[in-house]
Amino acid sequence: MSKVVYIFGDDISTDAIYPGRYMATVLPTETPQFCFADYTELNKKLVAKEYPEGSVIIGGNNFGCGSSREQAASTILGHGLIVIAKNYARIFLQNAINLGLNLITCPDIEAETGDDIELKGDKVINKTKGKEFSTIPLPAARMAIVEAGGLIPYTRKKVIQKYS
Amino acid sequence: MGMTIVEKILAKASGKASVKPGDVLEPEVNVAMSHENAALVINQFNEVFQGTNIAPKVWDPERIAIIFDHRVPAESSKTATNQKKIRNFVKANGIKKFHDIRSDEGGICHQILAEYGYIRPGYVVVGTDSHTTTHGAFGAFSFGIGATEMASVWSLGTVLNVEVPETIKVVVNGKFKDNVYPKDLILYIIGKLTAQGANFKVIEFHGEAIRNMPMSGRLVLCNMSVEAGATSGIVPGDEETARYLKEAGVKDKIENVLPDADAKYCRIVEIDANELEPQIALPHTVDNVKPISKVDKVKIDQIVIGSCTNGRLDDLEIAASILKGKKVAEDTRMLIFPASWNIYKKALKQGLLEIFSDSGAIIMNPGCGCCLGVHQGALGDGETALSTTNRNFKGRMGNPKGDVYLCSPATAAASAVTGYITSPEKGVK
Ligand code: SF4
Repeated sequence: MSKVVYIFGDDISTDAIYPGRYMATVLPTETPQFCFADYTELNKKLVAKEYPEGSVIIGGNNFGCGSSREQAASTILGHGLIVIAKNYARIFLQNAINLGLNLITCPDIEAETGDDIELKGDKVINKTKGKEFSTIPLPAARMAIVEAGGLIPYTRKKVIQKYS
Repeated sequence: MGMTIVEKILAKASGKASVKPGDVLEPEVNVAMSHENAALVINQFNEVFQGTNIAPKVWDPERIAIIFDHRVPAESSKTATNQKKIRNFVKANGIKKFHDIRSDEGGICHQILAEYGYIRPGYVVVGTDSHTTTHGAFGAFSFGIGATEMASVWSLGTVLNVEVPETIKVVVNGKFKDNVYPKDLILYIIGKLTAQGANFKVIEFHGEAIRNMPMSGRLVLCNMSVEAGATSGIVPGDEETARYLKEAGVKDKIENVLPDADAKYCRIVEIDANELEPQIALPHTVDNVKPISKVDKVKIDQIVIGSCTNGRLDDLEIAASILKGKKVAEDTRMLIFPASWNIYKKALKQGLLEIFSDSGAIIMNPGCGCCLGVHQGALGDGETALSTTNRNFKGRMGNPKGDVYLCSPATAAASAVTGYITSPEKGVK
């Protein structure tokens, strides 16, 4: 069971997730401190580890639009957050898959802060509201990367084939 | 069945006779571009080779381009250290298309790829920057990827698991009014399609107004296609493409990839250029677009002309023609950052920089400048900017408590004189 800790609207950009002024910080181990830095309260709580791993943030349409900065995926991954949104911008979705961040696409999701959420197969269950919502699975091509554990191990296998 | 430009490019790059939307391919890459975020790419690239007993080796140093632009000269010791790390990597791997922080080769990555003639029609181009869509202006399939994906490209020379996107055809006929520019057109299109209207799709530009548009304008259209979510914008190659590349010093024969007459589009949008007036994107999304006649008299604290969108020579010429003999309004500051040093030097020779400095505008060094709010030209709390850049997201210009409006260089210059959002006079061209 996971708790919803924040609800976002549509078109949340990677500038909102990880502001450009912190882009000199690149290493996945160092990016979590700036997660949603301009959402001061949320950032404070994340950094203070007030939300356990597996806490849920809800996005609207086009979550992760804008810049291709991969920090936007690694910073969320660093806090172990689960993202459930109506849909995602292309580069952000690909970055998340490449790094192993699980993004859940749930076009009809209804939730409020504090709701209890359970993920079950291809369904998102909002226990508090007593409602179930269908999710859209990743296309097969992207699943292959997830199943390999991310793009680095996936590429590594191909590199070994290439040089052997 | 007929194919769109991108379908043809992807078929060829993947060694297939034909492809259709949804097919999954591993196309070969012709140009792989990064900027300062190459520091992260290097990190991920080394990870790929970890534990393989194979020494990390880039697949083709000739096809990799690295340009320092986002934070030049470095704003912090951290950035400077990353730049140093990248320089060492460039040397160790023999990467030739490297543009350092120098006035004889530097500029914004997207402008450099264009003006150094690195792109050809039919190329597959990837860049660790969302505005890599820019190079579709040359009839290439050009799209943004993340750093880990780039590490994979450096290792293998292909992009893994590319799904063939659907294509939206945008047909623009007619002629622009005198005070209307490609920037106004693309803002209008983004407003119409919305910020996600072209998500996972390609926008192919056609029509008389596109054919008559110089490369500089086509670069603007493709640059901002990503603001409608597009994977790439693309303009079919023609004489203008060949002219531009020849001027950039390209000697090889240019072969255009054109769509089939019976190509299948997921949507067709028709626009009459005659109908357009100058457009403004209001805070805080790029698709919040209104014609200037419907925008209130907004007081502007900071006018910005520059970026990979509108920091080219013709943009500066237009701005100078409006600012000549005039002053930037009191209580308004104006920042100009040309997209490359070549542009800067041409503007210097033409006397444009003198016009700007006489008017009170600050001329900054070429680079990304205040576009992404890292190290120059941040807004104060409650301040408003009017900018020719491509994004107005909250916090984009360094302060989430500031507002950013987007417009063409002509509108920016006209507004610099009055201090509030002002339509450029008809006939400013
Ligand atoms: S000028 Fe702005 S949009 Fe263009 S590459 Fe630089 S930061 Fe990105």
